[in-house]
Amino acid sequence: MNARKNYLNSGLFAFVLILAVLFLSPIFIVLMNSFKGRFFISDTPFALPNAQTFVGLQNYTSGIVKVGFVPAFGYSLFITVFSVTAIVFFTSMTAWCITRVKSRISSFIYYLLVFSMIVPFQMVMFTMSKVANILHLDNPVGIIVLYLGFGAGLAVFIFSGFVKSIPIEVEEAATIDGCNPIQTFFWIVFPMLRPIAITVAILNAMWIWNDYLLPYLVIGSNYKTIPIAVQYLQGGYGSKDMGAMMALLILAIIPIIIFYLVLQRYIIQGVAAGAVKG
Amino acid sequence: MRKMPMRYYALFTLPTIIAFVVSFFIPFLLGTYLTFNTFTTVTNAKWVGLTNYVRAFSENDQFLNATVFTVKFALVSVVLINVFAFALALLLTRKMRGENGFRTVFFMPNLIGGIVLGYIWLLIINGILINFGVDITFSARFGFWGLVVVTNWQMVGYMMIIYIAGILAIPPELMEAARIDGANSWQVLRNVTVPLVMPAVTICTFLTVANSFKLFDQNLSLTAGAPGRETAMLALDIFNTFYGRIGFEGVGQAKAMVFTLFVSLIVLFQLLYSRKRERES
Repeated sequence: MNARKNYLNSGLFAFVLILAVLFLSPIFIVLMNSFKGRFFISDTPFALPNAQTFVGLQNYTSGIVKVGFVPAFGYSLFITVFSVTAIVFFTSMTAWCITRVKSRISSFIYYLLVFSMIVPFQMVMFTMSKVANILHLDNPVGIIVLYLGFGAGLAVFIFSGFVKSIPIEVEEAATIDGCNPIQTFFWIVFPMLRPIAITVAILNAMWIWNDYLLPYLVIGSNYKTIPIAVQYLQGGYGSKDMGAMMALLILAIIPIIIFYLVLQRYIIQGVAAGAVKG
Repeated sequence: MRKMPMRYYALFTLPTIIAFVVSFFIPFLLGTYLTFNTFTTVTNAKWVGLTNYVRAFSENDQFLNATVFTVKFALVSVVLINVFAFALALLLTRKMRGENGFRTVFFMPNLIGGIVLGYIWLLIINGILINFGVDITFSARFGFWGLVVVTNWQMVGYMMIIYIAGILAIPPELMEAARIDGANSWQVLRNVTVPLVMPAVTICTFLTVANSFKLFDQNLSLTAGAPGRETAMLALDIFNTFYGRIGFEGVGQAKAMVFTLFVSLIVLFQLLYSRKRERES
């Protein structure tokens, strides 16, 4: 019985291992092709680079120059970091306030925000980009306001769920001791929200870093984020440069993999927690 | 803190509300109004009644095609993603060597954005198809299954994490009791594991359905609708209507409204269904 179980487990292990290798292979195929000459990619993507096809880092230099990858990386990083900070900071305040103060206005705000999660982006994309244009939000700073607005639904929903599970007595004690609501929130409540704040931050960082359509419509002609830069290379005139494309894909993936490896534990827990609350 | 002075209430809620009103609420109301107008920018709207809605369906078959394509795609990918994710979750909760490493690997594609994902798979799918002298734009079938593969690769790891959390939350005594009572692995799975992870199934179905219907980036990068507009899903079709030709903005907005109602109905139906099932159990 035990021997049979061992065989079964080894078999399953081998199976999962093969599956994992297959799962990662697309990224390795792109990596391999990023070192091949641009004309040797489309026809034989599964061939290793050889003496004839190997071009070193040439694709990387041409890719970085062609689409302006360095500023793109800067814009993506700037927009993601500050939008996520704004979302965590402001929506946690809002969520706590409308959860604790039970009134018609509070529940109206809550349901309106939740409703916005359902509405597809296409419903508002045209009018939103016009409004952003009129209000001069069409720059990397202004877009943070838009991300706060679009991220508010899910973030308030998750924070509210968590606030409900915190005993209110602690806050009431703080009030009796003379804390005003601002002090109560930042000294007492926010530290308790930390685990769920990490979840909210991670979910929003994944969304904003990878978001294409919103920045494309609002700031895309002047400021290219990484997804816009990748799409720009594809949509450009003339024959597309497959070599530069492969290099760009790898460059786009590297920051994500570093982010993932550093914060892996939080990301996986955060996703599970976000889903259960959501 | 059951009551709060008005100035504090405003301080806590206004920053979020202002951002929300500017980015979502005003555009939503304006967008709803504009479905009944012709316009090229928001300032030159002219009232035309229901014309846009009629044109959305009558001008050509693209919107209907996109709807059918999206529904088919959603059905296939929701089923496949959840089956694979659940199977992986079962495999990775057996206390196998390297479980955490495997979870890390399977989740990884989920962090890569839709545009990049699409181009990674475009290389691979075209690399295979070139052996048969065609590429992904040759037939809508290729685009369909290409999209299914891409979304599976992206979403399976995410759903697996949720299923793993669900499976690990089952008290081990229950499984043991079932085994002592003589249940084999299949019976334990069917009668203990599956019923107890139903909440996770509800969440995962909800997430995959919403994601499949709203899919845009992967669609744009993998096929961009080719051949013709045959593989354009609803979101991409609406985008093309807006920005493809001048004079169709109103039609695009009307299509977006129909899309919104469609998605809302599905979400409502799902919520009612899962409520009902929760009450029954």
